[in-house]
Amino acid sequence: MIEVAGHRVPRHGVRIVSIWVVLCAIVVPLVVFVLGSHLPPGRMSAEASAQTDANTVLTALLAPIILLVGVHFVYSLVVFRVRDDALEDGPPIRGHGPTQMAWVLLTAVIVVALAVWGSYTLVQSAHGAAGGQGPSPSDLPKGSKAALPIQVIGQQWAWTFRFPTYSAFETRELELPVGKVIAFHVTSLDVTHSFWAYELGVKADAVPGVDNVAYVTPRKLGVFSVRCSELCGLWHGHMAMHGRVVSAADFDSWVAQQKAADAKNLPDLGPYQRVYFPEPKHRAG
Amino acid sequence: MPPAVAASGSAPNASLTLQTVASIGFGPHPDWVSYLVKNPQGKWVHSTNLVVPAHSLIRITIYQYDTATGLRNPFWGRPVGTVGEPSVNGKPFAELNPDLASHTFAIPELGVSVPLKGVADNAKNQCSVAPCTLAEAHTTVTFTIRTGKRGVFRWQCFVPCAAGFILGFGGPMQSFGYMDGLLHVV
Repeated sequence: MIEVAGHRVPRHGVRIVSIWVVLCAIVVPLVVFVLGSHLPPGRMSAEASAQTDANTVLTALLAPIILLVGVHFVYSLVVFRVRDDALEDGPPIRGHGPTQMAWVLLTAVIVVALAVWGSYTLVQSAHGAAGGQGPSPSDLPKGSKAALPIQVIGQQWAWTFRFPTYSAFETRELELPVGKVIAFHVTSLDVTHSFWAYELGVKADAVPGVDNVAYVTPRKLGVFSVRCSELCGLWHGHMAMHGRVVSAADFDSWVAQQKAADAKNLPDLGPYQRVYFPEPKHRAG
Repeated sequence: MPPAVAASGSAPNASLTLQTVASIGFGPHPDWVSYLVKNPQGKWVHSTNLVVPAHSLIRITIYQYDTATGLRNPFWGRPVGTVGEPSVNGKPFAELNPDLASHTFAIPELGVSVPLKGVADNAKNQCSVAPCTLAEAHTTVTFTIRTGKRGVFRWQCFVPCAAGFILGFGGPMQSFGYMDGLLHVV
């Protein structure tokens, strides 16, 4: 108890901090060890794992801040609630220099530290976080020179995929070999789309005339979903499909099957190009 | 929403007859390219809202009255998702020269895509106003698809055929009743 204006009152600050510390000791480990494994986008690729780790760290850092605000809020509602009909102003609240300075310094340190950590992660461990890096990517993952190139072509309203390593066949399906570095070359034939392979953590804008490169290394077998995340017209919401991460043997078999199916089409597809321009063939436009 | 038009026949065999025209000739956008569908009474209806039976073979005939625009992505020149090969003017084909395509009839969620060969630019007696008649220059594309369980599936044209719009997209390419529609499998 302390004495304030002639009255003995509890040490509210100590109480609030005590409650906050206890809650943090419970909640932060829960965030890291329980919630973290459920945060998006999952661990289907190396890059998705880095994103999930980033989300876990951010949530774990955010939790004490939310708890501090929440504890203070609830404590004030319960303890400082007026219990009788007396209507009078409380004691005047004036600025408290050390508290303000501590608040500014603490938040600045958190923001700067997150910016440094985020930048390091983006460049060094997540290799561009599987985002589109434009035609000349700078954040290259290990093994990028031997990456399997796959061209992603957005068009109103479907995705197609060309495999320049394999006679440049084109298909509406997408299968990836596990453990292999993939270089998605994302482009568009008409308007701006955005290639979003959710569980792989890949998101790259598909822009006509631009070869937007995004790297990913699938680590787990399974199914991933593909969406368009750029409003692109009437059937934007239908630019959805599923891809699969398969074993190397299954991938080879799938490639052979796709090449055979596309054999008659190959001469008309023309040589592989890194970009396309939406020029009309004949009349339209 | 354009009126729903049912296929002729019933499960397990039904048929749809459509036509594509360079300009519909009436309504709010008379110069827009469009599909029309023939209803079971034999009347042409300006609609792309199609109703077909589930778990059935649907024989589709498309009278194609428009000239070629060309596929922006030649990939769509290969017909897929049909039961057997489609035919153009009675001849089966496994691949259409992308430059000759006028439109496509595609139901992406069902894996169906069939390119429609255009009428020659210099063909005589070209149709100017819908509905067109068989006496006017056209190609006839026929194919069969198999429907599965009930559902609603979008269908569209993959040729940027909207003359007068930037890059051929927009207008009829973005509008129900013209080059986009719904297939109700019931």
